[in-house]
Amino acid sequence: MTVTLLLEQMFNGLQSGVMLFLIAAGLTLILGIMDFVFLAHGAQVMIGAYAAASLTALTGNFLVGIVLAIPITFASGFLLEFLLIRHLYRRDHMDQVLATFGLILFFNELIRIGFGPAALFSDLPKALSGFVNILPDAPYPMFRLVVIIVGLACAIGIHMLVSHTRVGAMVRAGANNEAMTAALGINIRLLRRFVFAVGACFAGVAGMMIGPLTAVEPGMGEPLLILSLVVIIIGGIGSVRGAFVAAVLVGMVDTMGRVLLPVILRSFMGQAAADGAGPALASMMVYILMSLVLVFKPTGLFPPKG
Amino acid sequence: MKRILTTAIAMSLATAVPALADTVKVGYMTTLSGGAGIIGKQMQNAVNLAMEHTGGKLGGMDAEVIFVDDQRKPDVAKQLANRLVKSDKVDVVAGVIWSNLMMAIHKPVTRSGTLLISSNAGPSPIAGSGCHENFVSMSWQNDQTPEGMGKYMQDAGIKSVYLMAPNYQAGKDMLSGFKRHYKGDVVAEVYTQLGQSDFQAELSTLRAAKPEATFIFQPGGMGINFVKQWNQAGMDSVSKLYTVFTVDGVSLPALKDTALGVVSTQTWSPDLDNAMNKKFVADYKAKFGGYPSFYAAQAYDTMMAIDYAAGKAGSSDSAAMRAVLAKGGIPTTRGSLAMNSNQFPIQNIYLREAVMDADGVPTTKVIGTVFENHGDAYAKDCQF
Repeated sequence: MTVTLLLEQMFNGLQSGVMLFLIAAGLTLILGIMDFVFLAHGAQVMIGAYAAASLTALTGNFLVGIVLAIPITFASGFLLEFLLIRHLYRRDHMDQVLATFGLILFFNELIRIGFGPAALFSDLPKALSGFVNILPDAPYPMFRLVVIIVGLACAIGIHMLVSHTRVGAMVRAGANNEAMTAALGINIRLLRRFVFAVGACFAGVAGMMIGPLTAVEPGMGEPLLILSLVVIIIGGIGSVRGAFVAAVLVGMVDTMGRVLLPVILRSFMGQAAADGAGPALASMMVYILMSLVLVFKPTGLFPPKG
Repeated sequence: MKRILTTAIAMSLATAVPALADTVKVGYMTTLSGGAGIIGKQMQNAVNLAMEHTGGKLGGMDAEVIFVDDQRKPDVAKQLANRLVKSDKVDVVAGVIWSNLMMAIHKPVTRSGTLLISSNAGPSPIAGSGCHENFVSMSWQNDQTPEGMGKYMQDAGIKSVYLMAPNYQAGKDMLSGFKRHYKGDVVAEVYTQLGQSDFQAELSTLRAAKPEATFIFQPGGMGINFVKQWNQAGMDSVSKLYTVFTVDGVSLPALKDTALGVVSTQTWSPDLDNAMNKKFVADYKAKFGGYPSFYAAQAYDTMMAIDYAAGKAGSSDSAAMRAVLAKGGIPTTRGSLAMNSNQFPIQNIYLREAVMDADGVPTTKVIGTVFENHGDAYAKDCQF
């Protein structure tokens, strides 16, 4: 394996990590900071992907599709909080798990009824389908660079929102002591609804970014949900910085595992055995990483202070 | 009023009682939920269309079809198969998309004496030494289709090829089938994760290896992901893409023109020129909109085979129907289908290309025949 290829694969790992962060970012807000177990986050990703793909098809313009889809995902989060989630904050985590697991089934079925069970057509706009030479002789799809930029922008945005704005301070205060925060004259209910909607919006943006790369189909969010839960646990629940570092770490480990493990195994066992064991082991790497982190740092890499 | 009601009940009983004695009961298992739900939906559509074409009867007898959703999970499939056999007491268990699910239900169904007819999955273990006389395939043995592709690429003089398939039974069967007739240089044999959505890392490695051709098996949503990312990475300038079970009636609506020109092998195509296929494709398009996939065609063939077997046997008895099917000569959308000694079809393997039809809808077109009357490699190991 050449150095160029190794560097390119590390870049792939970074990109896959940033994409993971996009999905985990909203979950950090909802699960980490608001302390609400929300399993239907993958469904929010799906809603974003469907909204963008169908609006792009309708308007014939990718950018217009995205711009119109963002308010839709925000509104869906806002409505969902108003109709259901707000009744669940005081319940214990098991109730939240059950209710939001039900939401997964509900949304998947809703999409199936509305759009049919087939995958939706979604492709890149011509302007973003070119290549960039990140390294000599390593053309890289331009859209994947856009994904990295959007992911980094979201990381900075969410970090600023939580740590450097009054809204962020109020949210953190509300999560810490609801009664006291309300007593200080802050409309904690509205604030929660806003944060929840922002979280849904981040998930939606993740869906819009993934849509052109993968199949837009019912249930597309669930595999992503599991990985983003892993990211949040590794990073330390509630830490934006932790989620970012963990997402990049998970992306790297997953990518390098897939690429390197079969090669390494082949050097000391038979071709057939290595071809079988390599992918199996590679798919476990992320979870092995999580177990190791939990053994040595049970609260994650960057547990939030306080 | 009361009298009318009694008469009605008496009449319905009078017609129902003799019908009960010879009703053909079919348990149809497919995946109706989750990401692969579209495949199951197409198969369900095709089964319903077949029942419409036979006037709701099978072999002239009253018929009942029970659909069950295996959720693509082997444990669920096994549970459902046991229920169909033991409590619903079906005459035939049919369907099954996935090879790993077929492996899970093969023994419980065949050992119970119930006829098991595959509409898709054809894993190698049940075609060879693990075969059972109560199993009949109305699709293919997994190796057959990639064997065609291996032969075609060998004859085309392609010097090096890069292989990629998901890491499960069918993936392994596909690649070993390919290598049976391809004798050129296999640059690498890469197994990806089942259900993988991002192939960028694999594509980077492939680009560096610079193979003349790439052969993949990525069914369902994985195929949509792979072909999209293949195009986005500009891989056509590096290597030529050949596929099996990847570019079809299920993935083409989501790929549209991005998959045009991709070549694959298959035992069926919407443009196969025979009366039964023409009727099936035309009626399917009229009723459900859009082209049927090969999954749908095989599901239709399965029901038509049961209709044929029950009619010829004159009963819904599993053993009698199996004896009819084992003789072959079954009318299908692939023409009259011959049967091998392990009860897998002997059939043509066609070369297909993804094209736009006259209405601008993407579909596949037969551009050649790689094998005529091709049997599978495992039949010799099968002893009932």
